[in-house]
Amino acid sequence: MSEIPPQLKYTKSHEWVEDEGDGTVKVGITHHAQDLLGDMVFVELPEVGRELSPEEECAVVESVKAASDVYAPLAGVVVAVNEALVESPELVNRDPYGDGWLFRLRVESRSELEALEDAAGYEEIVNEDEH
Amino acid sequence: MGNRTPLFEAHKRLGAKIVDFAGWEMPLHYGSQLDEHNRVRADAGMFDVSHMTVVDVEGPQVREFLRTLLANDVDRLVPGKALYSCMLNQEGGVLDDLIAYFLGEGCYRIIVNAATRAKDLAWMRRQSESFALDLHERTDPALIAVQGPQARSKVHVILRDAERAAVAALKPFHATQADGLFISRTGYTGEDGYEILVPRDRAESFWMALYDAGVAPIGLGARDTLRLEAGMALYGTDMDESISPLECGLAWTVAWAPEDREFIGRKALEARRDDPSLPKLVGLILTDRGVLRGHQRVYLGERDVGEITSGSFSPVLGHSIAMARVAPEVHDRCTVEVRSKQLAATVVIPPFVRHGRACYKGVPAG
Repeated sequence: MSEIPPQLKYTKSHEWVEDEGDGTVKVGITHHAQDLLGDMVFVELPEVGRELSPEEECAVVESVKAASDVYAPLAGVVVAVNEALVESPELVNRDPYGDGWLFRLRVESRSELEALEDAAGYEEIVNEDEH
Repeated sequence: MGNRTPLFEAHKRLGAKIVDFAGWEMPLHYGSQLDEHNRVRADAGMFDVSHMTVVDVEGPQVREFLRTLLANDVDRLVPGKALYSCMLNQEGGVLDDLIAYFLGEGCYRIIVNAATRAKDLAWMRRQSESFALDLHERTDPALIAVQGPQARSKVHVILRDAERAAVAALKPFHATQADGLFISRTGYTGEDGYEILVPRDRAESFWMALYDAGVAPIGLGARDTLRLEAGMALYGTDMDESISPLECGLAWTVAWAPEDREFIGRKALEARRDDPSLPKLVGLILTDRGVLRGHQRVYLGERDVGEITSGSFSPVLGHSIAMARVAPEVHDRCTVEVRSKQLAATVVIPPFVRHGRACYKGVPAG
């Protein structure tokens, strides 16, 4: 199901994580999350260089309907943010796993990354959400 | 399962995301509410508003009844003309806002909100007991609003010849019976267009004919951002039974003259009318990034001076806008507490947008 890409990892708070293979990961919010929120109007991103702890609030995605906090999936340092979202927050809706990515983190712990939900685990979380 | 309009199946086929609204299963959007908003401002969009309540009132004493029931005066109407009015309780609080049409001698049509249907009907029945008239709720037809600069011309394309002739000279805020259709040149978006009562058995084909003529289906999400840009009140949000028309920007809908018209709530309103401390409704535009939302507090410096009633995002302005009920001295600038931060806002007189562009005026001091 392209709504939960199988190669990504996921959190209970509806972030996805992509291993870039170079010690960094890319982070965004899932199709399910953007669908619940509706059309985005503002995205607040963390500062490059900021150190994050797991589950720390680090970004905000705001739709017409509601503002939603985004949580760091892993410990790490922010090395890049998706500047395009300042002018085009709708990228989060249109391409949540691609051009709608939020930020990149340099991470230390592979075991933390491996402990995140896989696609099947996240699918269960989504199904529970919908009941 | 909630109530469904005659267009429910069509909404599903067109990809609507369905949500509950006042016990009705209604389309929130068909993909993107921002796209839908922009389509109405640029071209034409259609709204299923069949969940609203249509009541025909007929009889020898209808005129007298409505002149008691409504804060605005139906004597201002000629046949075919529409009147926007509040219906008040004895304390001068708003029970609902509505549109009344003068159809002809002894015959009026009233359209009230969906969420207040039971309350409004019970109130109208009780208040009409001593008058010679019948109240008849019309539950057969669908109600379809078509709005936007191209709305009327696209509707004309699909009308039968006799119907098109009937609306050719229809003025704004007037309505006409055109064969089986009741067509009103009114709306809730600030754009030109029609609101059309369509017999149930013709509703879906009418809707799909509009779709084929290039009218986009529009959901409740965009309906809310459009009406807010247009500075139009939403009952239950901008006002309720505890708020008089004087405090929610609707003083202009109260017909004080003639002085001897005893409408329900008049005495209570007269007592409030000259109160200098009465709150007022203003428009706010957020200069920072962020979205204003209902119940957020408004400040002048350290002082809490009121609250947001309706807040959202204006696609035309690219900023958040809101209506707020605030102390009378608020003008020019204020701050709003948004997610624990004080954000700067500009105070304006709604509407915010007209003909697809910003049109607001500042609120002068004093």
